[in-house]
Amino acid sequence: MPLFDRLYNFAHWLTQDRAEAEDLVQETYAKALKGFRSFQQGTNFRAWIYQILRNTFLTSRTGLKSAISVSLDEEAPPENLPVASGTPESILLQRSDQELVQRALEKLAVPYREVLLLCEFEEMSYQEISSTLAVPIGTVMSRLSRARRALRDTLQEMQRN
Amino acid sequence: MSCDSWTQKLDAYIDGELPVAEARALNEHLKQCASCGAEGLLRVQQKRMVQAAAFRFKPEAAFRARIQKQIATRKRFGWGPRWFPVVATLAAVLLVGTFAFTFHRGRRSEQPLLSELVDQHVATLASANPVDVISTDRHTVKPWFAGKIPFTFNLPELQNTPFTLVGGRVAYLRQSPGAELIFRVRQHQISVFIFQEQGLPGTHEDRSPETSLSFETRSWQHNGLRYFMISDAGAADLNQLSQLIKDAG
Repeated sequence: MPLFDRLYNFAHWLTQDRAEAEDLVQETYAKALKGFRSFQQGTNFRAWIYQILRNTFLTSRTGLKSAISVSLDEEAPPENLPVASGTPESILLQRSDQELVQRALEKLAVPYREVLLLCEFEEMSYQEISSTLAVPIGTVMSRLSRARRALRDTLQEMQRN
Repeated sequence: MSCDSWTQKLDAYIDGELPVAEARALNEHLKQCASCGAEGLLRVQQKRMVQAAAFRFKPEAAFRARIQKQIATRKRFGWGPRWFPVVATLAAVLLVGTFAFTFHRGRRSEQPLLSELVDQHVATLASANPVDVISTDRHTVKPWFAGKIPFTFNLPELQNTPFTLVGGRVAYLRQSPGAELIFRVRQHQISVFIFQEQGLPGTHEDRSPETSLSFETRSWQHNGLRYFMISDAGAADLNQLSQLIKDAG
C-alpha cells in the first residue's frame, strides 16, 4: 500500500489520537479508491492523497475544532525570525531531545504542525504543499516561516521551564 | 543587502527553493557574516530535529491488515455481478476489435505494395532529410532523376494551384528503382511514387480511392508506369493533384 505508514503518521499527528487516526486513514483510502478516476495521470499522486486525507480531517469533529481555534493572519507579510540572541548552542540544540521536539510539535496549532510535517518530514516542495493545502505558494512560505518561529519559541519556553 | 534581507531568504535557501543565483549569493554572505551564519545553522538544525522527531506514530498490524482487506475486497468487487454488463460490453468490443483487426490485416495483405509505400511515406515524413533533390521547379526535379531511374515522367505545372513541389528522392519497390516526389498542400505532405508497371504484381486497373492506416491513397497506371499517391491531406486535394499529374503525363 503506497504511503500507508507515512499517511498514518501524518493522520496521527493531526488527530492526536490512534482511533481517530485509523478512521481518518481508512476513510482516505476509501475515498481515494472511489475517486481514483478523478486523479489526473501525470499530476502529483502524493499531493492528491494527502489532500484527501487533510480535507477529510478538516470536516471531522477534531478538524473543525482545530480550524476555528487559530487565526493565522496569513495576509500579513512574513515577519522575519529574530536573530538568535546567543550562540546557537546556547538555545535549544545542545539537547537534541526528540521527545522535547515531539511535545513542542504537539503544542503547535494544526495549520502550523501540518505545514511543518509536509515540509520537513514529507520533504514536499513548496509547490506540492501548495497543492496539498490548496493555498498559494506565498501563503505556504509565510505559514512555514511562522510555524518555524512558533516551534522555536515553544522549544525555548519548554527549555526554560 | 542588509542582514535582514538575507535572513528573509534563509528558509527558502534551506528548503532548496531559492533560485540558483540567489542561493549562491546567500551562500557567500553566510560565509562572511557570523550572525547570519549562526542563524542559518540554527534553522538547519531545527529542520533536522523536526525531521528526526516527526516519524513517531506507527500503524498497528491489525489496522494494516484491515486496510489491506478493504482494498482487496474492493478489487474483487470490481469484477462482481454488478459489473457484469460493463465486462460483457468490454468483451464484445474486444471480440469485434479482434475480428476487425484480422479482417483489416487480410485486406492489407492483398495490397502489400500499398502498405509498403505507406511505410516509405511515413519514413519520409520522419526523416531529417526527406528529399535528395530540393526544388520547387519541376524542370530541376525531373532531370535530377535522369540516369538514376530507368524511365522518365512528366510533372504538372503547379502555378495557381494550392500545391508546391518540395523535391524528390529515389525509392525502391520490389528491388526496382522509382521516383518519390513530395508535394505540399498547406501543412500536409503528399508522396507520389512512380514505378515501372512491369515487374509489379497486382492488377493493372486503377484503384478506387481508399485509406490505409488512415492515409488517403490513390493508385493509377499510365504509359507503362504505376503511380501511387499517399497523404494525410483530404480526399479533394488528392483528387485534384492526381488529376493534374494525369493531365501532365
